[in-house]
Amino acid sequence: MKPAAFEYARPKDWSDALQLVADGARPGTGTQSLGPLLNLRLAQPETIADLRHLPDYAGVTVAGDVLRIGAGTTHAAIEDGIVPGRVGAIMAAVARRIAYRPVRNRGTIGGSLAHADPAADWVAVLPALGGTAIALGPKGERRIPLAGFVLGIFETALAEGELLRAVEVPVLPESARWGHWKFCRKVGEFSKATACLLRVEDAAPRAVLAALDGPPLVIEDARALVADPTGEAARVVGEVEGLTPWRSAVAQAALRHAVEAAT
Amino acid sequence: MTSSESGLGVGASLRRKEDARFLNGQGRYVGDITRPGMLEVAFLRSPVAHARLRSVTKPAGAESKVFTIDDFPGVGTIRANSALPGFRISEQPVLAKDKLRHVGETIAACVADSRAAAEDLAALCELDYETLPAVFDMRTATLPETALVHDHWSMNAFLETRRDDDVSGLDAIAAAKVTRTLKTSRQSMAPLEGRGVLAEWDSRLEQMIVTTSTQMPHVTKSGLADCLGLDEGQVRIISPDVGGGFGYKGILLPEEVVCASLARRLGRPVRWIEDRFEQLSASANCREHHYILTAWADKDGKLLGAECEAIVDAGAYSSYPFGACLEAAQIGSILPGPYVLPLLRCHTVSACTNKPPILPYRGVARTGVCYAMETTLDALARKLGITAEAIRLVNLVPPEAMPHRNLVGKVFDSGDYPESLRRAVKAIDIPAVRKRQAAGETVGVGFATFCEQGAHGTSVYHAWGIPFVPGYEQSHVRLSPDGVLEVRVGVHSHGQGMETTLSQVANEVLGIHPSKVRVVHGDTALTPYSTGTWGSRAGVMAGGAVAEACRQLSVRIAAIGAALLQVSKDDVVVEDGKVRRKDTDSSVSIADVARTWYRAPQNLPRDVDKGGLEITAGYRPDPDTGTHSYAAHAVIARVDTDTGEVVLEDYVIVEDGGKLLNPMIVDGQVLGGLAQGIGTALYEEMPYDEMGQPLAGTLADYLLPGSSDVPDARLEHMETLSPWTTFGQKGIGESGAIGPPGAIINAINDALASIGAEVMDLPATPERVLAAIHLAKSGKQ
Repeated sequence: MKPAAFEYARPKDWSDALQLVADGARPGTGTQSLGPLLNLRLAQPETIADLRHLPDYAGVTVAGDVLRIGAGTTHAAIEDGIVPGRVGAIMAAVARRIAYRPVRNRGTIGGSLAHADPAADWVAVLPALGGTAIALGPKGERRIPLAGFVLGIFETALAEGELLRAVEVPVLPESARWGHWKFCRKVGEFSKATACLLRVEDAAPRAVLAALDGPPLVIEDARALVADPTGEAARVVGEVEGLTPWRSAVAQAALRHAVEAAT
Repeated sequence: MTSSESGLGVGASLRRKEDARFLNGQGRYVGDITRPGMLEVAFLRSPVAHARLRSVTKPAGAESKVFTIDDFPGVGTIRANSALPGFRISEQPVLAKDKLRHVGETIAACVADSRAAAEDLAALCELDYETLPAVFDMRTATLPETALVHDHWSMNAFLETRRDDDVSGLDAIAAAKVTRTLKTSRQSMAPLEGRGVLAEWDSRLEQMIVTTSTQMPHVTKSGLADCLGLDEGQVRIISPDVGGGFGYKGILLPEEVVCASLARRLGRPVRWIEDRFEQLSASANCREHHYILTAWADKDGKLLGAECEAIVDAGAYSSYPFGACLEAAQIGSILPGPYVLPLLRCHTVSACTNKPPILPYRGVARTGVCYAMETTLDALARKLGITAEAIRLVNLVPPEAMPHRNLVGKVFDSGDYPESLRRAVKAIDIPAVRKRQAAGETVGVGFATFCEQGAHGTSVYHAWGIPFVPGYEQSHVRLSPDGVLEVRVGVHSHGQGMETTLSQVANEVLGIHPSKVRVVHGDTALTPYSTGTWGSRAGVMAGGAVAEACRQLSVRIAAIGAALLQVSKDDVVVEDGKVRRKDTDSSVSIADVARTWYRAPQNLPRDVDKGGLEITAGYRPDPDTGTHSYAAHAVIARVDTDTGEVVLEDYVIVEDGGKLLNPMIVDGQVLGGLAQGIGTALYEEMPYDEMGQPLAGTLADYLLPGSSDVPDARLEHMETLSPWTTFGQKGIGESGAIGPPGAIINAINDALASIGAEVMDLPATPERVLAAIHLAKSGKQ
């Protein structure tokens, strides 16, 4: 369980990083997912570009009613409150339940999102918050709605040669209500079903069902779910293909619990 | 003052001496040890479960760094035969030859300066093989149409056993009869430290020195010498700090034989460190049982008899030294458990499959048997409309029957089995559970009671005819010139805290402060021969041997001390680290006695024992059929009927291990065992597909209980001395891992009783629990 030999590269700036990726390097940040894949030799890249030292890669800036979170911001930093306001409180509570603290110390929000494991927490939560992914490619920045960012297992809307630079999420009023529920066999394990519900006054509630072995299911208008959680959860989950009876039951429970938690 | 009163001897909860190094990161494991010029080994392992191996092509240009069995013509196979009639012999090549019999089987050894480079070599090897149908299911392994794992066998079974009491009349007289089909899953023991081997040839001593993570250094030495064709004196095994054994390290490894062969051939030290992928994929080797168990009872729940059809998946080979049948062949003898069972009909099969060879995991067969018996008992109780407590109390061997010989000839030494259950019942809040159940909550309470034979010796094992039979356990004690006592034992301590408990035993006899007692273990060059640490035996056997050696030493100390005090040796006593005149307070210290023997021999009495202050003494209890510790487990479990999730709310264990050498250490062992038992009950499972491929390759797939999954269990101890052992102590090291599956599944089934659902298979994953609920609900509709 030792990786095959690879070159380690540390780009000094973003154009250097893009060049490395264009030349076939695999980007790496916290390597909490990539590391095991390397050790099991399931991934054997020739070069790994360590993005962690890029300028402005980690950290949070507020511009008007938008929070910009650098892709290299660690789960631990989010857990510890680096994101301000209501969004920060929501994200801190989510971060606190990602794997274990040693994983959170190194793992990053951008790395997790770009890796696109369907069971990962940010893959489920960020679409519910309704923001935008900021991709950086040879032609500059590109904005991708988070609701459509993860396309499948380990598959994202990032184009060949693009890097995820940041995510932007709208500032939420303190009155925003939030429900998040996930099922893990034990503390720190990957979720078997995750659901989130965000309720902001004067807007339709928005829900996400995730960890279903595919892209997250975003329900832009979740009024029906809020009105009839049991019936609507059964209907929504019933339309997801390929679920075993147990996964289906847990997914339905996730939706019901998320609604319950947000009321 | 006796030593116990000083608070340092037997029965004292002394803090562990070894913790200073463990807690400060100063422990030294195989992985911490390197040698100049050392090579690292990576094994090319079988990617398939069953195949005919045609050829192995070494990487071009690296042929001298890759070794197959053809490179070691003089090396023997590993064989662990049994004297039990009908046993089929397997020969395990240390590197596969002709046939591949399980995923992960060693095929070639690749050496390089680093493990990563060695793995590169392994990846470049090419295998040519013809895939054969995999024998992946023990239930069909013995059918005539199933492919044979060993071509010359007539069927895929190491052994069948039968006990044929006539149970045909029970249907007519029983008030209730239940039959349950139950299955436990294959598990992979998961000590924190995996296996590791460092082999080096000492040309001066003409000796193979193997530093290896083992529980039984002397047995490994014998097995290794045999495989290598060396005299036993030419093999030295060093077992340094070992990060957990549990049976996983009670084996002669093919990797040990290969590393030793490589070191001899290459003239350089070689090391192999098992990684977690190897541990999971190549060594999922325990606990997979299948039962069809029928039990009959009268209206009060009193057992009339039982019938059992049991299969254990023993894997592809018979491991050295315990063999392939230790679990299955014991089922018939441990099925009665702590109960009075009048009749038993039992047929067992040790099935041979394309899986890693079975090893006895903590609790050995008992965890599965206890699970089968305890859940079946509860099913009987539900059918009769009596409580789980009631059916146990009416069947447990009563204290007045002790010592008790049961129907299969096991002799229980002592104890009040019903009292342990009564205490557990009292300690757990059953009325609160019943109240919540009445309010519609799916919460339940479950019990398991069992006894554990430990430290069983010659009279039990000679009947098995395995490669070794434990006899007299020996200890060597040596008083140093400064009065420090060295205690040398052939057992190995890898979590049992024996460096502390055995120094307490020495303190108990001689009164020497435990900090002045050095316990030496883990090196065959320094310690007397022993079969090692297994079978909950070290506390009884090594404890007894150390006490006996110290007792004999105290006689010699007394004689010298008496001379220094100028009185007869009958007029002195040895206590509190001193030789004291009985009639006055005048005394000399044991250190003074030691100084006299070594440095001032002119002061010794003329009739001094010329053997001096070193003694090797042997010990064996009489009778040596084993002690029986026992316990009652009680647990409250809540079931989420939406997801099938099980939450353990409360856990009580009432244990009787006789005299506890160090109660705090025993508590730690019971709690550690409990965590493993919870793993068996709720989490751990190595699934195999129809190609015989193990499907859990990381700890993200093979779930172990974490600290937040283990409830804060409450322990109570009873203390019924064993009449057969030195201090009345009983073997108890495995106990905690035996009860949990039975107790937890009973609690789940109690919680689901109102739905009519019952869980049969382990582990009770949320998926299995929900399936049971859905099955019950669909059945009702």
